[in-house]
Amino acid sequence: MAKPMDEIKWQELEIGAAVSETGNSREYKTGTWRSLRPVVDPQGCIRCGVCWIFCPDAAIGRSEEGHFQADLDYCKGCGICARECPAGCISMAEEEH
Amino acid sequence: MEKQRKGIEVSLAIAEAVGQADCDVISAYPITPQTHIVEHLSEMVADGHLDAEFVPVESEHSAMSVCCGAAAVGARTFTSTSSQGLALMAEIFFIASAMRLPVVMALANRSLSAPLSIWNDHTDTMMVRDGGWIHVFVENGQESYDHVFWAFRVGEDPAVRLPVAINLDGFIMTHMIEPIQFEDDGLVKRYLPEYHMEKPLHPDIPLSMGCFGMPEIYTEAQMAREHALVSSYATCLRAWEEWAALTGRAYRPIETYRTEDAEYAIVTMGSLGETAMAAVDELREEGEKVGVVRIRLWRPFPFEDLYRAVEGMKALIVLDRAISFGGPGGPVALELRSALYRRAEAPAIVNYVAGLAGRDVSVEDFKAIILEGRAKAERGETAGFTLYGLRG
Repeated sequence: MAKPMDEIKWQELEIGAAVSETGNSREYKTGTWRSLRPVVDPQGCIRCGVCWIFCPDAAIGRSEEGHFQADLDYCKGCGICARECPAGCISMAEEEH
Repeated sequence: MEKQRKGIEVSLAIAEAVGQADCDVISAYPITPQTHIVEHLSEMVADGHLDAEFVPVESEHSAMSVCCGAAAVGARTFTSTSSQGLALMAEIFFIASAMRLPVVMALANRSLSAPLSIWNDHTDTMMVRDGGWIHVFVENGQESYDHVFWAFRVGEDPAVRLPVAINLDGFIMTHMIEPIQFEDDGLVKRYLPEYHMEKPLHPDIPLSMGCFGMPEIYTEAQMAREHALVSSYATCLRAWEEWAALTGRAYRPIETYRTEDAEYAIVTMGSLGETAMAAVDELREEGEKVGVVRIRLWRPFPFEDLYRAVEGMKALIVLDRAISFGGPGGPVALELRSALYRRAEAPAIVNYVAGLAGRDVSVEDFKAIILEGRAKAERGETAGFTLYGLRG
């Protein structure tokens, strides 16, 4: 984003508060909403990608080793991945912000 | 050579004006008393007299949504509704102004249900008073015709870019046949140039309208909106001046009648102003120093024009066509009380609510309201409001 959202003056907004910059939702780190964090046990992960399919925020990526991991900048900690993991290798840990 | 006036129903004249304005997209759902406006537009498009898209929809919510979509790509866009239709439209009504889409609406004012009523008052428009639109009130057929062009001209101005509601009293105006001076297409084109929207939605230029607004940005977005509406005042004036130069018909944000030496005035908004003027003529003959103040521009509210119009007056008798239930009076009186509060030598304000759901307000009624109102002002009875003609 050209300027952080909390520094934009009202005169600087596009007409109708339109957004002309593409992809700037990346700037908004929804991970701060999280109270629980998914923790993956890499030994148990079978690399099936079910968590990747189910994540409602598309916040799960893949490591170089092929394991699936949540991007904590965007993961809201909903726990769906932990619930759906067929290998049962994802647990939810208390987040200490 | 004086041009011929044409006898025509006001609704049809409005539709003809929308056609002359070369409107691109019309979307509406029929509702009494707005129906004839959109019926006629539908005919004009179907018969090939108007090269526009007429989008029939299943509800007013969809009508306003279509209008927003069309306006977002830079189309000149028109709709019309009344009462329950406006209520159903309300969600998108606010969005049109927030997204700065210059939709023009003929709002045939009608009371809100319940009890179910198809007749005229201002309860529908007061529901969306704070919707961020420019609101103008017209008083007769000629003003209705003229303000279609004015509304597009003001709303589409790059410095404004706001939707405009032309408030006209249902039945009292929509269903009357009046002599109307039509202007030729050449004059209309000079007054209302082709619309070129800055930054429309276009596949080649990425743009998102109506995005999520976090607490960090919502306040700033509202201020931008408020600023746009307040500063549209200058464009409203300029557009009236240019129309007057072309046609000889001049309009002002606040119109006054026989107020030069008036000690008090009746304040009206909408078509009852003409009846009020007839009442004032009779009272003047009886020696009363009374005038009429008519509010034409409701949003943005013309504070300075009001101050000039009522300067030196002892009392204003404000006629409202709606109630703010549980509040201190009708919406127009509330506005005036607030605008004049603690100003030196401000006139006393006495508030009447009359003409609800089409109940007639005659010249005699106006005379009674004015004289009783003045007496109340003299006695200092200025709180609350009086429902004129209420039984019981």
